[in-house]
Amino acid sequence: MLSLFLRDTRLGLRAGGGVLIGILFFLAVIAVVPFGVGPDLKLLSRIGAAMLWIGALLATLLGLDRLFQADRDDGSLDLLIMASDRHILALTVLIKCLAHWTTSVLPLVIASPLLGLFMNMEPAAIGATTLTLLVGTPAITLIGAVGAAVAVALPRGGLLVSVIILPLTIPVLIFGVSAAYGAVEDPAPFVAPFLILIAITLFFAVIGPLAAAAALKSSAD
Amino acid sequence: MRLVAENLAGERGGEILFSGLNFTIAGGEALMITGPNGAGKSTLLRIIAGLLEKAEGSIRLDNAPAGFESLVGACHYLGHLNAMKPVLSIEENLRFWQSFNGAGQHTLREALDRVQLGDIGHLPFAYLSTGQKRRASIARLLISHRPVWLLDEPTAGLDKASEEQFAGLMRGHLTSGGIVVAATHLPLGLGDAQELVMGGNGQDHAGSREYSA
Repeated sequence: MLSLFLRDTRLGLRAGGGVLIGILFFLAVIAVVPFGVGPDLKLLSRIGAAMLWIGALLATLLGLDRLFQADRDDGSLDLLIMASDRHILALTVLIKCLAHWTTSVLPLVIASPLLGLFMNMEPAAIGATTLTLLVGTPAITLIGAVGAAVAVALPRGGLLVSVIILPLTIPVLIFGVSAAYGAVEDPAPFVAPFLILIAITLFFAVIGPLAAAAALKSSAD
Repeated sequence: MRLVAENLAGERGGEILFSGLNFTIAGGEALMITGPNGAGKSTLLRIIAGLLEKAEGSIRLDNAPAGFESLVGACHYLGHLNAMKPVLSIEENLRFWQSFNGAGQHTLREALDRVQLGDIGHLPFAYLSTGQKRRASIARLLISHRPVWLLDEPTAGLDKASEEQFAGLMRGHLTSGGIVVAATHLPLGLGDAQELVMGGNGQDHAGSREYSA
């Protein structure tokens, strides 16, 4: 299992551009917001957390369709499914999700404080947003694994994956943003939405791989 | 150990490709599946590998050796695709499959030497020629032990010398009590293999014969 994680992270870093494309897209989304909203610094800092979350959500969706498709294209997926005697398929999926998150989503989380500066956010708000992204984005990847597994047999499933899973990621977005706001705006609570965010991630860490494994099993042809 | 198929039927897209298939392969024996394109050779292999649902009948492994109780877990599957990542080197690819599937009798180095890739194991898989890619994929059969080898056109892209070498590897596997099931158009150089001739589309599928070549 460790070898699968290492292989997938190595592929993510080496395949050329996978990591960078996500960050560049994230940067592009955040960079155009001030032009669209106008030079109102107060407004920018107020919507900063939400914009970072939306940018990160969209950037995360970007590479998700390749999660299983790359393995299917070269025949590895057949062997991963056949190995389900030794390695539970759901666990294999979970490891692949973790590797994908580490290579394509963790860099977004690391870049988010810098992009927070673009939005004129306070240090506390930047810290809270980064923390909620760190905790919440794994849920997006895990939900995305289900969509990627369902659409794995489709040659151009990229947009379809995003459309399938976008509604399911809305709760992550809502609680992520409200926790980030809760950290800086006084009456709003931070702990409650933050704990719910953690709960969502843990919930999908169980449901996501199981559902994706079932979809992969029936997708073999 | 015996691989037994009883009244096996397979379908693709709702259409029955073959039905009423019976064969028994004991350890140390090979089964060559021949027949025209579209006869269901690959489908049969994928059914044995558990990657496709069978339409009816049963396929099972009797007296399976310890550690390989289920049929799927006892199979190596070499399909049309090589299951290797182009950006990783041959060694990295094989090392991954070895640690994922469990180690076999051969070390990575031995396996690479036996398929004549010992000198270029450090090259990215994408740089190899078609035949070399196939040989790297064949090395995957050696680095993890599985008693049943399912081979789909295993010699596609191999030159004459490599074909003979691969026949030697298969004979070695048979001598150690393994089973080889291969779908092929070309003779694989296994002397006393059973042959299963599958009918083409639209023919009477019950007529699939079984005989010793």
